[in-house]
Amino acid sequence: MSDSPAIAHVAEDAVLDEHPSYLRHHFNSTEQQADTANFAMWLFLVTEVMFFGGLFTAYLIYRNWYYPAFVVASHQLNVGWGTANTAVLICSSFTMAMGVWCAETRRRKGLVLCLTLTFILGLVFLGIKGIEYSEKIEKHHVPGFHYSLQSFVDPASDPDIAQYHDKPLALDMARHTELYFSLYFAMTGMHALHMIIGIGILGFMIFRARAGAYTSGHVTFVENFGLYWHFVDIIWIYLFALLYLISRHQ
Amino acid sequence: MSEHNEQAHHIVGPKVYVIIFFALLLGTGLTVWASFLELGLWNPVIALAIATGKAMLVVLFFMQVKYSTKLTKLTVFAGIFMFLTLVGMTLADYFTRAWGQW
Repeated sequence: MSDSPAIAHVAEDAVLDEHPSYLRHHFNSTEQQADTANFAMWLFLVTEVMFFGGLFTAYLIYRNWYYPAFVVASHQLNVGWGTANTAVLICSSFTMAMGVWCAETRRRKGLVLCLTLTFILGLVFLGIKGIEYSEKIEKHHVPGFHYSLQSFVDPASDPDIAQYHDKPLALDMARHTELYFSLYFAMTGMHALHMIIGIGILGFMIFRARAGAYTSGHVTFVENFGLYWHFVDIIWIYLFALLYLISRHQ
Repeated sequence: MSEHNEQAHHIVGPKVYVIIFFALLLGTGLTVWASFLELGLWNPVIALAIATGKAMLVVLFFMQVKYSTKLTKLTVFAGIFMFLTLVGMTLADYFTRAWGQW
Protein backbone atom coordinates (compact mmCIF):
# COMPACT_ATOMS: atom_id res chain seq x y z
CA MET A 1 0.00 0.00 0.00
CA SER A 2 2.98 2.27 0.61
CA ASP A 3 3.52 2.77 -3.10
CA SER A 4 0.02 3.86 -3.94
CA PRO A 5 0.95 7.57 -4.08
CA ALA A 6 3.58 6.67 -6.69
CA ILE A 7 1.01 4.86 -8.78
CA ALA A 8 -1.35 7.80 -8.54
CA HIS A 9 1.48 10.08 -9.61
CA VAL A 10 2.31 7.94 -12.63
CA ALA A 11 -1.33 7.72 -13.60
CA GLU A 12 -1.37 11.50 -13.80
CA ASP A 13 1.77 11.45 -15.95
CA ALA A 14 0.21 8.92 -18.27
CA VAL A 15 -2.71 11.19 -18.83
CA LEU A 16 -0.41 14.17 -19.38
CA ASP A 17 1.97 12.67 -21.88
CA GLU A 18 1.22 9.94 -24.36
CA HIS A 19 3.10 6.79 -23.39
CA PRO A 20 4.54 4.55 -26.13
CA SER A 21 2.39 1.63 -27.28
CA TYR A 22 5.01 -0.93 -26.24
CA LEU A 23 4.85 0.09 -22.55
CA ARG A 24 2.99 -2.66 -20.70
CA HIS A 25 0.39 -1.38 -18.25
CA HIS A 26 2.03 -3.05 -15.23
CA PHE A 27 5.22 -0.97 -15.59
CA ASN A 28 5.55 2.59 -14.35
CA SER A 29 7.84 3.70 -17.16
CA THR A 30 9.71 2.43 -20.22
CA GLU A 31 12.95 2.61 -18.18
CA GLN A 32 11.49 0.32 -15.53
CA GLN A 33 10.26 -2.05 -18.23
CA ALA A 34 13.70 -2.11 -19.91
CA ASP A 35 15.52 -2.64 -16.58
CA THR A 36 13.18 -5.50 -15.69
CA ALA A 37 13.76 -7.23 -19.03
CA ASN A 38 17.52 -6.75 -18.63
CA PHE A 39 17.45 -8.23 -15.11
CA ALA A 40 15.39 -11.21 -16.26
CA MET A 41 17.73 -11.89 -19.19
CA TRP A 42 20.70 -11.89 -16.83
CA LEU A 43 18.93 -14.34 -14.51
CA PHE A 44 18.48 -16.65 -17.49
CA LEU A 45 22.16 -16.26 -18.41
CA VAL A 46 23.15 -17.15 -14.82
CA THR A 47 21.25 -20.44 -15.18
CA GLU A 48 23.20 -20.96 -18.40
CA VAL A 49 26.45 -20.34 -16.51
CA MET A 50 25.44 -23.08 -14.05
CA PHE A 51 24.53 -25.41 -16.94
CA PHE A 52 27.88 -25.01 -18.72
CA GLY A 53 29.61 -24.88 -15.34
CA GLY A 54 28.75 -28.54 -14.77
CA LEU A 55 30.48 -29.47 -18.03
CA PHE A 56 33.52 -27.33 -17.23
CA THR A 57 33.78 -28.92 -13.75
CA ALA A 58 33.59 -32.44 -15.22
CA TYR A 59 36.35 -31.46 -17.65
CA LEU A 60 38.59 -30.11 -14.84
CA ILE A 61 38.16 -33.21 -12.68
CA TYR A 62 38.84 -35.74 -15.47
CA ARG A 63 41.70 -33.66 -16.84
CA ASN A 64 43.29 -33.82 -13.40
CA TRP A 65 42.78 -37.59 -13.11
CA TYR A 66 43.80 -38.65 -16.63
CA TYR A 67 46.20 -35.88 -17.50
CA PRO A 68 48.45 -37.74 -20.04
CA ALA A 69 45.39 -38.92 -22.01
CA PHE A 70 43.94 -35.40 -22.09
CA VAL A 71 47.21 -33.87 -23.32
CA VAL A 72 47.66 -36.33 -26.19
CA ALA A 73 43.96 -36.26 -27.14
CA SER A 74 43.92 -32.45 -27.28
CA HIS A 75 46.82 -32.56 -29.75
CA GLN A 76 44.28 -33.99 -32.21
CA LEU A 77 42.52 -30.61 -32.34
CA ASN A 78 43.68 -28.16 -34.99
CA VAL A 79 44.76 -24.87 -33.37
CA GLY A 80 44.42 -23.10 -36.74
CA TRP A 81 40.72 -23.95 -37.06
CA GLY A 82 40.16 -23.16 -33.38
CA THR A 83 41.81 -19.74 -33.70
CA ALA A 84 39.89 -19.00 -36.91
CA ASN A 85 36.62 -19.86 -35.18
CA THR A 86 37.50 -17.69 -32.18
CA ALA A 87 38.15 -14.76 -34.54
CA VAL A 88 34.87 -15.45 -36.38
CA LEU A 89 32.90 -15.42 -33.12
CA ILE A 90 34.58 -12.22 -31.91
CA CYS A 91 33.69 -10.58 -35.24
CA SER A 92 30.10 -11.77 -34.87
CA SER A 93 29.97 -10.37 -31.33
CA PHE A 94 31.22 -7.04 -32.70
CA THR A 95 28.60 -6.95 -35.48
CA MET A 96 25.93 -7.87 -32.90
CA ALA A 97 27.06 -5.04 -30.58
CA MET A 98 26.93 -2.66 -33.55
CA GLY A 99 23.44 -4.00 -34.33
CA VAL A 100 22.30 -3.08 -30.81
CA TRP A 101 23.74 0.41 -31.31
CA CYS A 102 21.91 0.73 -34.66
CA ALA A 103 18.64 -0.28 -32.99
CA GLU A 104 19.20 2.19 -30.14
CA THR A 105 19.93 5.02 -32.56
CA ARG A 106 17.06 3.96 -34.89
CA ARG A 107 19.12 3.04 -37.96
CA ARG A 108 16.99 0.45 -39.73
CA LYS A 109 19.34 -0.32 -42.65
CA GLY A 110 22.36 -0.50 -40.33
CA LEU A 111 20.51 -2.90 -38.04
CA VAL A 112 19.51 -5.21 -40.90
CA LEU A 113 23.12 -5.17 -42.18
CA CYS A 114 24.59 -5.94 -38.74
CA LEU A 115 22.11 -8.73 -38.03
CA THR A 116 22.75 -10.25 -41.48
CA LEU A 117 26.54 -10.15 -40.93
CA THR A 118 26.09 -11.76 -37.50
CA PHE A 119 23.88 -14.43 -39.09
CA ILE A 120 26.51 -15.17 -41.78
CA LEU A 121 29.40 -15.26 -39.27
CA GLY A 122 27.38 -17.68 -37.13
CA LEU A 123 27.01 -19.97 -40.14
CA VAL A 124 30.76 -19.69 -40.88
CA PHE A 125 31.49 -20.78 -37.31
CA LEU A 126 29.23 -23.83 -37.69
CA GLY A 127 30.83 -24.63 -41.07
CA ILE A 128 34.32 -24.68 -39.55
CA LYS A 129 33.00 -26.74 -36.63
CA GLY A 130 31.58 -29.16 -39.22
CA ILE A 131 35.00 -29.52 -40.88
CA GLU A 132 36.55 -30.28 -37.48
CA TYR A 133 33.84 -32.81 -36.60
CA SER A 134 34.24 -34.59 -39.94
CA GLU A 135 37.98 -34.98 -39.26
CA LYS A 136 37.10 -36.66 -35.95
CA ILE A 137 34.61 -38.96 -37.67
CA GLU A 138 37.16 -39.94 -40.34
CA LYS A 139 39.79 -40.78 -37.70
CA HIS A 140 37.30 -42.72 -35.56
CA HIS A 141 37.67 -40.32 -32.65
CA VAL A 142 33.95 -40.14 -31.91
CA PRO A 143 33.28 -41.84 -28.54
CA GLY A 144 31.22 -45.02 -28.65
CA PHE A 145 31.27 -45.08 -32.45
CA HIS A 146 34.01 -47.50 -33.57
CA TYR A 147 36.43 -45.49 -31.42
CA SER A 148 40.08 -46.02 -32.41
CA LEU A 149 43.04 -45.86 -30.00
CA GLN A 150 45.56 -46.06 -32.86
CA SER A 151 46.78 -42.42 -32.62
CA PHE A 152 47.39 -42.76 -28.87
CA VAL A 153 49.00 -46.18 -28.43
CA ASP A 154 51.09 -45.63 -31.59
CA PRO A 155 51.50 -41.84 -32.14
CA ALA A 156 54.14 -42.42 -34.84
CA SER A 157 51.40 -43.81 -37.11
CA ASP A 158 49.52 -40.49 -37.06
CA PRO A 159 51.29 -37.77 -39.16
CA ASP A 160 48.91 -35.07 -37.80
CA ILE A 161 50.55 -35.11 -34.37
CA ALA A 162 54.17 -35.74 -35.43
CA GLN A 163 55.16 -32.21 -34.33
CA TYR A 164 54.29 -32.95 -30.69
CA HIS A 165 56.54 -36.04 -30.36
CA ASP A 166 54.03 -37.74 -28.07
CA LYS A 167 55.16 -40.89 -26.29
CA PRO A 168 52.88 -43.93 -26.80
CA LEU A 169 50.32 -44.27 -24.02
CA ALA A 170 49.73 -47.53 -22.16
CA LEU A 171 46.43 -49.09 -23.17
CA ASP A 172 44.64 -48.30 -19.89
CA MET A 173 45.57 -44.60 -20.11
CA ALA A 174 44.92 -44.46 -23.88
CA ARG A 175 41.34 -45.62 -23.22
CA HIS A 176 40.73 -42.38 -21.32
CA THR A 177 41.24 -40.32 -24.48
CA GLU A 178 37.66 -41.41 -25.25
CA LEU A 179 36.62 -39.47 -22.14
CA TYR A 180 38.35 -36.37 -23.50
CA PHE A 181 36.46 -36.66 -26.78
CA SER A 182 33.17 -37.29 -24.92
CA LEU A 183 33.68 -33.98 -23.13
CA TYR A 184 34.88 -32.33 -26.34
CA PHE A 185 31.72 -33.32 -28.21
CA ALA A 186 29.42 -32.60 -25.25
CA MET A 187 30.85 -29.11 -24.68
CA THR A 188 31.37 -27.96 -28.28
CA GLY A 189 28.11 -29.70 -29.28
CA MET A 190 26.13 -27.90 -26.58
CA HIS A 191 27.82 -24.66 -27.61
CA ALA A 192 26.97 -25.34 -31.28
CA LEU A 193 23.34 -26.01 -30.28
CA HIS A 194 23.25 -22.55 -28.66
CA MET A 195 24.68 -21.13 -31.90
CA ILE A 196 22.02 -22.89 -34.00
CA ILE A 197 19.23 -21.55 -31.76
CA GLY A 198 20.83 -18.08 -31.93
CA ILE A 199 21.07 -18.19 -35.74
CA GLY A 200 17.41 -19.23 -35.91
CA ILE A 201 16.38 -16.26 -33.76
CA LEU A 202 18.65 -14.00 -35.86
CA GLY A 203 16.79 -15.07 -39.00
CA PHE A 204 13.50 -14.12 -37.37
CA MET A 205 14.97 -10.79 -36.21
CA ILE A 206 16.30 -9.89 -39.69
CA PHE A 207 12.81 -10.51 -41.07
CA ARG A 208 11.26 -8.28 -38.37
CA ALA A 209 13.99 -5.62 -38.52
CA ARG A 210 13.39 -5.11 -42.27
CA ALA A 211 9.84 -4.13 -41.35
CA GLY A 212 11.27 -1.60 -38.87
CA ALA A 213 10.28 -3.52 -35.73
CA TYR A 214 13.26 -2.63 -33.52
CA THR A 215 14.06 0.88 -34.71
CA SER A 216 11.12 2.75 -33.27
CA GLY A 217 12.34 2.93 -29.67
CA HIS A 218 11.52 -0.57 -28.39
CA VAL A 219 14.93 -2.25 -28.48
CA THR A 220 14.57 -4.78 -25.62
CA PHE A 221 14.45 -7.82 -27.90
CA VAL A 222 17.60 -6.84 -29.80
CA GLU A 223 19.46 -5.95 -26.58
CA ASN A 224 18.52 -9.20 -24.85
CA PHE A 225 19.40 -11.27 -27.89
CA GLY A 226 22.73 -9.42 -27.96
CA LEU A 227 23.35 -10.52 -24.34
CA TYR A 228 22.64 -14.14 -25.33
CA TRP A 229 24.94 -13.96 -28.35
CA HIS A 230 27.81 -12.43 -26.34
CA PHE A 231 27.32 -15.07 -23.64
CA VAL A 232 27.74 -17.82 -26.26
CA ASP A 233 30.92 -16.02 -27.38
CA ILE A 234 32.28 -16.06 -23.82
CA ILE A 235 31.62 -19.82 -23.52
CA TRP A 236 33.65 -20.34 -26.69
CA ILE A 237 36.51 -18.17 -25.37
CA TYR A 238 36.84 -20.62 -22.45
CA LEU A 239 36.29 -23.73 -24.59
CA PHE A 240 39.06 -22.57 -26.93
CA ALA A 241 41.47 -22.03 -24.05
CA LEU A 242 40.62 -25.30 -22.27
CA LEU A 243 40.19 -27.72 -25.17
CA TYR A 244 42.69 -26.39 -27.73
CA LEU A 245 45.41 -24.42 -25.99
CA ILE A 246 46.46 -25.53 -22.54
CA SER A 247 48.09 -28.83 -23.52
CA ARG A 248 50.21 -27.75 -26.45
CA HIS A 249 53.49 -28.08 -24.59
CA GLN A 250 53.87 -31.00 -22.26
CA MET B 1 27.07 5.79 -10.58
CA SER B 2 23.60 6.99 -9.70
CA GLU B 3 23.71 9.32 -12.71
CA HIS B 4 23.84 6.30 -14.97
CA ASN B 5 20.90 4.75 -13.19
CA GLU B 6 18.87 7.89 -13.50
CA GLN B 7 19.50 8.17 -17.24
CA ALA B 8 16.78 6.82 -19.49
CA HIS B 9 19.18 4.55 -21.34
CA HIS B 10 22.92 4.71 -21.81
CA ILE B 11 23.94 4.12 -25.41
CA VAL B 12 27.43 2.73 -25.96
CA GLY B 13 28.90 4.12 -29.17
CA PRO B 14 30.76 2.41 -32.04
CA LYS B 15 34.11 3.81 -30.89
CA VAL B 16 34.03 1.75 -27.69
CA TYR B 17 32.93 -1.35 -29.61
CA VAL B 18 35.75 -0.99 -32.15
CA ILE B 19 38.37 -0.64 -29.39
CA ILE B 20 37.02 -3.70 -27.54
CA PHE B 21 36.84 -5.64 -30.81
CA PHE B 22 40.53 -5.09 -31.52
CA ALA B 23 41.45 -5.77 -27.90
CA LEU B 24 39.66 -9.14 -28.16
CA LEU B 25 41.46 -10.04 -31.39
CA LEU B 26 44.75 -9.03 -29.78
CA GLY B 27 43.93 -11.21 -26.76
CA THR B 28 43.20 -14.16 -29.07
CA GLY B 29 46.55 -13.74 -30.84
CA LEU B 30 48.32 -13.37 -27.51
CA THR B 31 46.81 -16.52 -26.00
CA VAL B 32 47.67 -18.63 -29.09
CA TRP B 33 51.24 -17.31 -29.04
CA ALA B 34 51.56 -17.97 -25.28
CA SER B 35 50.30 -21.55 -25.69
CA PHE B 36 53.37 -22.38 -27.82
CA LEU B 37 55.82 -21.15 -25.18
CA GLU B 38 57.36 -23.63 -22.77
CA LEU B 39 56.02 -22.41 -19.43
CA GLY B 40 55.15 -25.67 -17.65
CA LEU B 41 52.61 -25.10 -14.91
CA TRP B 42 52.06 -21.51 -16.05
CA ASN B 43 50.67 -22.41 -19.48
CA PRO B 44 47.13 -23.18 -18.26
CA VAL B 45 47.25 -20.28 -15.77
CA ILE B 46 48.12 -17.77 -18.50
CA ALA B 47 45.60 -19.25 -20.97
CA LEU B 48 42.79 -18.98 -18.39
CA ALA B 49 43.91 -15.51 -17.26
CA ILE B 50 43.78 -14.19 -20.84
CA ALA B 51 40.41 -15.92 -21.42
CA THR B 52 39.05 -14.28 -18.26
CA GLY B 53 40.37 -10.88 -19.37
CA LYS B 54 38.62 -11.29 -22.73
CA ALA B 55 35.41 -12.45 -21.03
CA MET B 56 35.49 -9.39 -18.76
CA LEU B 57 35.80 -7.04 -21.75
CA VAL B 58 32.80 -8.75 -23.37
CA VAL B 59 30.71 -8.60 -20.18
CA LEU B 60 31.56 -4.99 -19.28
CA PHE B 61 31.33 -3.39 -22.74
CA PHE B 62 29.58 -5.61 -25.31
CA MET B 63 27.05 -6.69 -22.69
CA GLN B 64 27.01 -3.13 -21.27
CA VAL B 65 27.24 -4.21 -17.63
CA LYS B 66 29.53 -1.25 -16.96
CA TYR B 67 26.64 1.05 -17.87
CA SER B 68 23.78 -0.97 -16.41
CA THR B 69 21.79 -0.73 -13.17
CA LYS B 70 23.15 -1.80 -9.79
CA LEU B 71 20.63 -4.65 -9.81
CA THR B 72 22.14 -6.07 -13.02
CA LYS B 73 25.68 -5.61 -11.69
CA LEU B 74 24.75 -7.46 -8.51
CA THR B 75 23.10 -10.26 -10.50
CA VAL B 76 26.17 -10.76 -12.68
CA PHE B 77 28.49 -10.70 -9.68
CA ALA B 78 26.28 -13.13 -7.74
CA GLY B 79 26.22 -15.50 -10.71
CA ILE B 80 29.99 -15.52 -11.09
CA PHE B 81 30.51 -15.83 -7.32
CA MET B 82 28.08 -18.78 -7.09
CA PHE B 83 29.72 -20.50 -10.06
CA LEU B 84 33.23 -20.13 -8.60
CA THR B 85 32.03 -21.32 -5.19
CA LEU B 86 30.44 -24.47 -6.63
CA VAL B 87 33.42 -25.28 -8.86
CA GLY B 88 35.93 -24.43 -6.13
CA MET B 89 34.28 -26.61 -3.50
CA THR B 90 33.78 -29.52 -5.91
CA LEU B 91 37.44 -29.42 -6.95
CA ALA B 92 38.56 -29.03 -3.33
CA ASP B 93 36.76 -32.31 -2.62
CA TYR B 94 38.08 -34.27 -5.62
CA PHE B 95 41.66 -33.02 -5.36
CA THR B 96 42.02 -33.86 -1.65
CA ARG B 97 40.47 -37.35 -1.53
CA ALA B 98 43.88 -38.99 -1.47
CA TRP B 99 45.26 -36.45 1.05
CA GLY B 100 48.17 -37.92 3.01
CA GLN B 101 48.08 -41.23 1.13
CA TRP B 102 51.02 -40.52 -1.16
